[in-house]
Parts: sequence; C-alpha cells; structure tokens
Amino acid sequence: MTCLPARTDRKLGLVIDLDTCVGCQACVTACKEWNTGGHMAPLTDTDPYGGHVDGVWFNRVHSYEHTTERGGRTVNFPRSCLHCEQPACVTVCPTGASYKRVSDGIVLVDEDKCIGCKLCSWACPYGAREFDTDVGVMKKCTLCVDRIYNDNLAADDRVPACVAACPTSARHFGDLGDPASAISQLVEERGGVALMPELGYRPTNRYLPPRARSERASKVDAPALEPIKAEGGFLGWIDRMLSD
Amino acid sequence: MHPAFSVVFFTTATGAGYGLLALLGLLGGFGVIPADFWLGLIGMALALGLIAAGLLSSTGHLGRPERAWRAFSQWRSSWLSREGVASVATFIPACMFGIGWVFFGRSGGWVAVAGLLTAAGAVVTVCTTGMIYASLKPIAQWHSRYTLPAYLIFATMTGSVLGNALLQVFKLGSTAMLVWALLATLAGWGWKLATWRHDDRLEIPTTANTATGLAGGTVRSIEWPHTEENYLLKEMGFRIARKHSAKLRRITHTLAFAVPAILLAIVYFLPWPLGAIASVLAAPLQFAGMFVERWLFFAEAKHTVTLYYGR
Repeated sequence: MTCLPARTDRKLGLVIDLDTCVGCQACVTACKEWNTGGHMAPLTDTDPYGGHVDGVWFNRVHSYEHTTERGGRTVNFPRSCLHCEQPACVTVCPTGASYKRVSDGIVLVDEDKCIGCKLCSWACPYGAREFDTDVGVMKKCTLCVDRIYNDNLAADDRVPACVAACPTSARHFGDLGDPASAISQLVEERGGVALMPELGYRPTNRYLPPRARSERASKVDAPALEPIKAEGGFLGWIDRMLSD
Repeated sequence: MHPAFSVVFFTTATGAGYGLLALLGLLGGFGVIPADFWLGLIGMALALGLIAAGLLSSTGHLGRPERAWRAFSQWRSSWLSREGVASVATFIPACMFGIGWVFFGRSGGWVAVAGLLTAAGAVVTVCTTGMIYASLKPIAQWHSRYTLPAYLIFATMTGSVLGNALLQVFKLGSTAMLVWALLATLAGWGWKLATWRHDDRLEIPTTANTATGLAGGTVRSIEWPHTEENYLLKEMGFRIARKHSAKLRRITHTLAFAVPAILLAIVYFLPWPLGAIASVLAAPLQFAGMFVERWLFFAEAKHTVTLYYGR
C-alpha cells in the first residue's frame, strides 16, 4: 500500500558525521558486500572489469570543497536513503511495491511487485534509488533490515553494515523518533541537519556539520626552507646549465 | 531528465489521441457532425490507435512489463496508477460511443451520453498524465503551474488539428472547426512561450548547500563516488547543449505552432481538395513538432540529484 502511515512507532535512521568522515569508502564496500547477498540481492554489476563499469550501490561517498569566508575544507559526504517521513518515492509507486513500515519507518521495495517504471527514482530528490537493469526492478537501502533484527548476529552487530564498518565512527544508527535516544541527543548536541528541507520530504537521517575550525591548534614555527645552493664541480655546472 | 523515446512518444501520441477522442465524442454524440460510417471508423480508429500505440509504447520502458497489471492498484496515492485506471476506464464509454455512432449511425440519446463520458474520460486521463510530472518536486521545471494546463492545451490542440484534417478530407470541414483548431494552436504556442519564459527565469531554492547541509559559502564537487556514469546520471543527469536547446526550440516553434497555424489560416481560402491537403499536412507536421517539444520537456528538466554531482 503506497499511502503513507500517519505515524510510525519508531523512526530508525542514520546520523552521519561530516566532521569525522574521512571518505575511506569502507561503508560503501561493506554495504555492497552485505546487501548483494541480503534482502534486496543481488546488487548487480554490469561490465565490472570493463571500461563501462556500472552497478547498483545503496551508498555513495562524494567529496566536496566547502569554501566560506573562513577558508576552504574538504568534506566527504556519504549519500544513501534518508528514510523520509514524506517519501514521495512511495506515494508515486503505481503497484504498491514501495512502502514505508509502520513499525520502524523504514522505506522498502517489494521486488516481486516492482514493474521497473523508475518513477520512484524520479520522485526521490536525493538519488537514493538505483535501478537494476539486469533484474528489471528498483533497488534501495534497506537500513539492513536483515541485520538489525537478526538474532543470529551478536547484539553489537545488529546495526547496518555501513555503521559497523566505519573506522572513524562517523556513522550512527538509532531511533530518531525518540528524543531520549543516544542518536537524538547527538543530533541535538551537534546541530544535525536534514537535507533539502525546503522540499518537504522530512528525511529521518541527519547530517552533523563539520565542527568550527579550531584556533587551539599549535602553530608550527619551522624555519623556511633554504634555497638550494648550486654546488661546485661537475654537478654544480650541470645544475647551473639546467637552471637557466 | 533522460528523454526516453517510449515516454516521449507515449505522451505525444496519447495527447493527440485523447484530444481527437474527446472532440469526436462531443461533436459526434450531439450530432454536430453527421454519423458517417467511414468518417467515424477512420476517426475512432485513429484516436484509439494513437492511444493504444502510446500505452503500448509506455510499457516499453518498464523493467518488468509482464507485471504491468499491478499498476492499476495504487490509485489512492499514485498519479501513474490513476492514469492507468483512467485510460482503461475511458475505453468503455469510447467503445459504446464508437458502436453507436459508427455502426448504428446514431447520435443523441445514449450515444450522446457515451460521447460525453468519453470526452470526460479523455480529459481526466490527460490530467492524470500531466499530474505525474507536475507532482514531482525534485524537478522544478515540471513541478510548476504550467505543466498540467500544458498537457490539456496540447492535447486539445493536436486533437483539434487532427479532427479538422479528418473533417476536411470528408468534405465536412466547417469554418468553426477550422477557427477552433487555429485558436487552439495559437493558445498552445502562447502557453509554450510563457512556459519557456518562466523556466528560463526560474530560481530554484534547492542548491548544493541545502543538498549537502553545508551552510554558507560555495560547495564544489571535487570527486564523484564513481568513475563512470551510473544509473542516476544516465536517467536524471541528462544534459543538453545550450546551442542544441535553442535550435530545437526554434524547430518546435516552426513545426508545432507556426507552420500548422499558417496552413490552417490558408485553408480558409482554399477550395476542396487543396484545403483538405493543407489540413492533413498540418497534423503530422504538428505531431513532429510536439515530439520535439516533449523531447525538450525532458531534456531541459533538471533533477535535484544532479546537484550532488556538481552539475
């Protein structure tokens, strides 16, 4: 059913720290590895070793240069489904393949109902959905539904694969609908933001902006490098000849 | 947005088909044009043929066309589903009207009711098609107050020019029909000019800043997550060179509006069969022009996901 639930019991989602993300792509490969055998499997790659490699990925890390009057900085930016509260990708679906779960707010695709019309990918402003040309259906992040409720995994591992893989703990998982949850506290503390709020999709995921530049860092008063002196002899002569 | 041939053809063909169907339903049903077997047969075959060809073409871009029947289920939330339901539902009064008008040679009474319902169905279906595009917030050029009227005006325009050609061929042309087709063409031209003027001055509030949540300053993409074009860039990142865009707009002006308008204007002064030939000529030329217009409608539409790629 593609009508949206009035409210969901929980709002499970991710919080991504743009301050500590180093752009290592570990979350990208961990996501691909888990999900190509998971709920939405396979994440088909076409021409994987050729010149026109293409394939389905749920998580992509961009790099940006953010320049303000205080200077420039490189920001690594992981982009995946934000599990919106008003996901137009669900309401536009003509077949009922796309749905938002009442229990936890996760947006999923029932691959057996999808006709591959691609309209949901047009309706998503964030580019979260990718079409599998081989299977002919749309695929998207499942928030690792097959991990987070998986009793076969140790309790610590019941988090999305991207969160488990992150070496800098830049990715956090939890209930953003509960103001007392650790993840909601983190968003509160760090001033987490929603992406493209003007479009009204009300994404669940939040991004923590990079921290303000610190003035406390020690200054390095190393002497300036000496100009290279041309040495005498044969090598000095070559140096002088080549320098002109 | 990538202008997929199947979708461009679908919206152009069904627009003309529903426009003609509505025209025949109203004029035929109420006996404004006489119930002539061959006129009715060719007219209805043309209208329903264009619609059927368009609908079949639209299934061509589906990944799983064998499941297309599922698309009738979510009419409560989805404009695409509503379009499917409306298009199929319209066939019911259209078939009844066709049987009554073409095969029984009747108008008025139940044939008029069927004709009226056919026209209503055609209008509703074209509205649902327009709303599919008008409801998509990530594409500012589509999510505008120009989109829905455009679909209705262009369907009326192409259907009327086609209807006029048909009546002229059967020596049933009238000044009223001719003037109506000409006015519809001029209205379409005016609407397209206004739309392009609006789109060219569009200030989109969504920027690379709001897309990334990085406030202030400039956000410049320095590295993509992938080296080759992926699905997002192939489907949503289609870009058209500005010079081609200008040239294609000129082609649209000429083929879709100017030439048909001139042809229709001179038909008034031409005797049969010259008037009929000019009327017939106007229809396919306008169709070709509208095909270019619809191609541009996709090619010039910018999706917010391109912001992530610095485009």
